[in-house]
Amino acid sequence: MPKHLISSADLDRGEVEVILETASSMHDVQRREVKKLPTLRGRTIINFFFEDSTRTRSSFEIAGKWMSADTINLSAKGSSTSKGESLRDSVQTINAMAVDALIIRHNQSGACHQVAGWVDASVINAGDGTHEHPTQALLDAYTLRSRIGDLDGKHVVIVGDLTHSRVFRSNVITLKTLGARVTVVAPPTLMPAGIGSWSAADGFATSWDLDEVLEGDDVPDAVMMLRVQRERMSGGFFPTPREYTVGYGLTRPRLKALLARNPRALVMHPGPMNRGLEISADAAESDASIVLDQVSSGLAVRMAVLYHLLAGEEVAS
Amino acid sequence: MTRPDSSGPPAGSPVDPHGRTVLSSNEIARGLRRIAHEILEHNKGAADLVLLGIPSRGVELAERLALILAEVEGCDPLPVGSLDITMHRDDLRHQPTRSPMRTVIPDCGVDDKIVVLVDDVLYSGRTIRAALDALADLGRPRAVRLAVLVDRGHRELPIRADHVGKNLPTSHSEKVQVRLRGHDGVEDVVRISGGN
Repeated sequence: MPKHLISSADLDRGEVEVILETASSMHDVQRREVKKLPTLRGRTIINFFFEDSTRTRSSFEIAGKWMSADTINLSAKGSSTSKGESLRDSVQTINAMAVDALIIRHNQSGACHQVAGWVDASVINAGDGTHEHPTQALLDAYTLRSRIGDLDGKHVVIVGDLTHSRVFRSNVITLKTLGARVTVVAPPTLMPAGIGSWSAADGFATSWDLDEVLEGDDVPDAVMMLRVQRERMSGGFFPTPREYTVGYGLTRPRLKALLARNPRALVMHPGPMNRGLEISADAAESDASIVLDQVSSGLAVRMAVLYHLLAGEEVAS
Repeated sequence: MTRPDSSGPPAGSPVDPHGRTVLSSNEIARGLRRIAHEILEHNKGAADLVLLGIPSRGVELAERLALILAEVEGCDPLPVGSLDITMHRDDLRHQPTRSPMRTVIPDCGVDDKIVVLVDDVLYSGRTIRAALDALADLGRPRAVRLAVLVDRGHRELPIRADHVGKNLPTSHSEKVQVRLRGHDGVEDVVRISGGN
């Protein structure tokens, strides 16, 4: 296992499979009365979140606690960052307290990569800007595998705000690592610049037309809706929310069309959902939706990641 | 520190051809049968017994013991499970992480049961220490007993087995290799190799 988890590309197929296997053992722990393992006793984990988060931060914290690590949460508000301390000074201060892992969320792409060069602790990327969110991709793969088995040859469609989505970037990598076929769909304005050469190199398909993909010959096994990230947009990506929904939302008719072709198709969303914008309430609440499974998988997967990165002997970086 | 004696080599690993056989397939079968009788005698029947094997070969031994116990007592199959100890090991920091194996607790649970832990080789006792910790997180058995196929000595903790297939005096440098039909796909055998 690598020392840090910055990008989904840090993990090869064997490592991803080991983590997912471990996660399924950890899932059993979640159902027990005593949810505590002594595995990371004496380890200190800092959750350093420079950006808001509900599920990622709480699940990393609980995962650490269930494995007996001491976990501490820091957020930009309320830390010295608000007094103007630089990222480098902040993380080096934390590092000087001999912590074992830094779990970092930051609004700048590449922040975790930089931090990894400044500290001795393991660095786990919990989302950096519009770059990557590797544990989200792992938990998505775990949730999918627990429903439809091996992902080899399965067709996953990722729809929405690709430009601003770190979830999409990590998911494409992990899904390809596990042998799935991926199609990404977005309006031209939300399709990242230069995706043509990337998709050609990594072997995934792109489209501007959601209906065409849902009705195409290659029937989707799962559709992952991405959140429209208004906080990262400065207007001009689509005329009105209504128009976005008409073109790219998982509306009731689209859900019906999808399930008519594949009754076992699954609907995913990394959350938080903008109901009525990228996903309709019907789709979010339907039997096909595995949105809440994704959340509970998050805990098991993060326990597995912490175990493999922190429990074993020291790896030289 | 000595090598911890959990889980052992993966299924199907070849045995050292220079070793010698210390327990044949028939002797293993007889040993298990004797252990089954001892368990029943000690417990005065099969009531409340739960067998938990320690992965990987302990699980197969536990399953076999359960069959023998049911046959001897003429009762329903006894509850069998597996108890993984990976997350409870005391040497996690000294080696690369390994994937935990499955813990499966029978539906009846372990509360107020007589739990018999089953493993293939008892060596330092550290695996059993970890198993007792793991078990404590799952419930509160009325009693816990330990059955092992081979006790090779060299305990590092105050732990002993209640039921032993064979006591095997060994030196630290020797290796005890257990191979089982179901797990390894070869005939049951216990061999000893290495040493001076």
